[in-house]
Amino acid sequence: MAKNTFSSEFRNIDVDQYNEDNYKDEDAADAQTHIGIEESTIISLMNQGNHAEALKMLLQTAPMTSKGRNDQAKEAHLNLVLKVLLAVNKSQMDQIITVLDSTMLDVLMKYIYRGFERPSENSSAILLQWHEKVYNVAGVGCIVRVLTDRKRV
Amino acid sequence: MFYSRSFNMTEVHLFGTHPITCHAWNRDRTKVALSLNNNEVNIYVRNGSQWNPEPESVLQGHDFRVTGIDWAPNTNRIVTCGADRNAYVWTQGDNCKWSPTLVLLRINRAATCVKWSPLENKFAVGSGARLISICYFEQENNWWVSKHIKKPIRSTITTVDWHPNNILLAAGSTDFKVRIFSAWIKDIEPKPTATPWGVKMPLGQLMTEFSNSTGEGGWVHSVSFSMDGNRVCWVGHDSSVSVADATKEMAKTQLKTKSLPFTCVTWVSPTSLVAAGHGCCPVLFSVDETGKLVHVTKLDIAQKKEAGSLSAMKKFQSLDRTARTDQSDQTLATVHQNTITGINVYTADRSGKATAISTCGADSRLVIWNFDSLEQALGELKI
Repeated sequence: MAKNTFSSEFRNIDVDQYNEDNYKDEDAADAQTHIGIEESTIISLMNQGNHAEALKMLLQTAPMTSKGRNDQAKEAHLNLVLKVLLAVNKSQMDQIITVLDSTMLDVLMKYIYRGFERPSENSSAILLQWHEKVYNVAGVGCIVRVLTDRKRV
Repeated sequence: MFYSRSFNMTEVHLFGTHPITCHAWNRDRTKVALSLNNNEVNIYVRNGSQWNPEPESVLQGHDFRVTGIDWAPNTNRIVTCGADRNAYVWTQGDNCKWSPTLVLLRINRAATCVKWSPLENKFAVGSGARLISICYFEQENNWWVSKHIKKPIRSTITTVDWHPNNILLAAGSTDFKVRIFSAWIKDIEPKPTATPWGVKMPLGQLMTEFSNSTGEGGWVHSVSFSMDGNRVCWVGHDSSVSVADATKEMAKTQLKTKSLPFTCVTWVSPTSLVAAGHGCCPVLFSVDETGKLVHVTKLDIAQKKEAGSLSAMKKFQSLDRTARTDQSDQTLATVHQNTITGINVYTADRSGKATAISTCGADSRLVIWNFDSLEQALGELKI
């Protein structure tokens, strides 16, 4: 029987690398060109005070591909989403969340966690409020899906 | 540490302190085979409402952790599989002793799950070798041999379940797919008849394939065929529960729940299913007439904590250990105190509808949920 040691180095060895048909993410083949949303559309919606519509539009068109793909489009989209999220007043958050369906809430949660990855001034505090409110509606399942989904924002 | 406790609708049995990884019942439910997260399988005998504290038999054969147990009700044989890449079929001799027969699985990774076919003439073993071994007894050589289903599996098989026709097999995998395969062994059984899943069924034929999620994620933890075999349900690590229907052009309906992921699922009636897992509480779902999957209720009605007077000794002990007197958050409100790892139908009525199910968990508890009294307790609930 194998000798028990405290070393866990062996776990880092990729034992599957010599196998032929390993699991690959499905979108690996198609390098899709993502049609983003014009920044001006979002800004004009925000100027009208229609943050809900702006956010909805962004979440519906979010570029979601596996890690390391389509990074440029993801980056641009993330900046737009963050712009909207950080512009919303705390009192308006609940109202905006009610117009989003569960699929959009899952996407929104992904963006909230992405936002945590790159804090700017005061952004984390606002995102935490968003997090709390989305969690209240979509539950812990929503967070689990941020962790499990291979298609990331 | 060994006790049994009975509420109105649940029976709770504690088997020590180690997690129960899987359990299986004998035909008349007087014995249970379970593995306490090690390389042995313990068989306990029921004694009234209790269990004899010492196991009747301990099946020792595996070198590593046991990952699956299934007990064939009619032929009274137990099959076990483990992380040592082996499977054993255990048969009981005249002296009541269980003796193992090694099965040649021909795999190079751990076996993860095992299930007898409904006719008990073969069984399926899923494994980390990205294949399913269909094992059957070869008369002329007097041993168990296996045939492999390989394509197009891309990752570890985590769960298998048999169609009632003894031919089709559902398998869930960590490549986020549920697949329906044909497991027809032409050496031992007649040609199968057509089902809604398909007509041609050579061994290894992929009848159909479902993705767990559009987000491309969530390992499939458990699959289950409905009693008529026309529907299949599964749970994934993205907290989702899904049902696919072969009679409705393989229509898939999915419910993304708010709770922690489920690890096991089973049908309990033609239209309803129970899933359980990391949330420590079994949940009842049902499929309505339009084919939509809806959350019905949690089976675990949280017991109200009795405030209870605290003895002085308890109080100071608790202050000493945890620096507070309030102990309310040390136990969960649910019956299971940790992840539920397995679910089985315990009793069923003549139509095949479950009247009680059993769950085992990482808290070393085995719980029997009685549906009759649950229906009473929950009022409008219909299972």
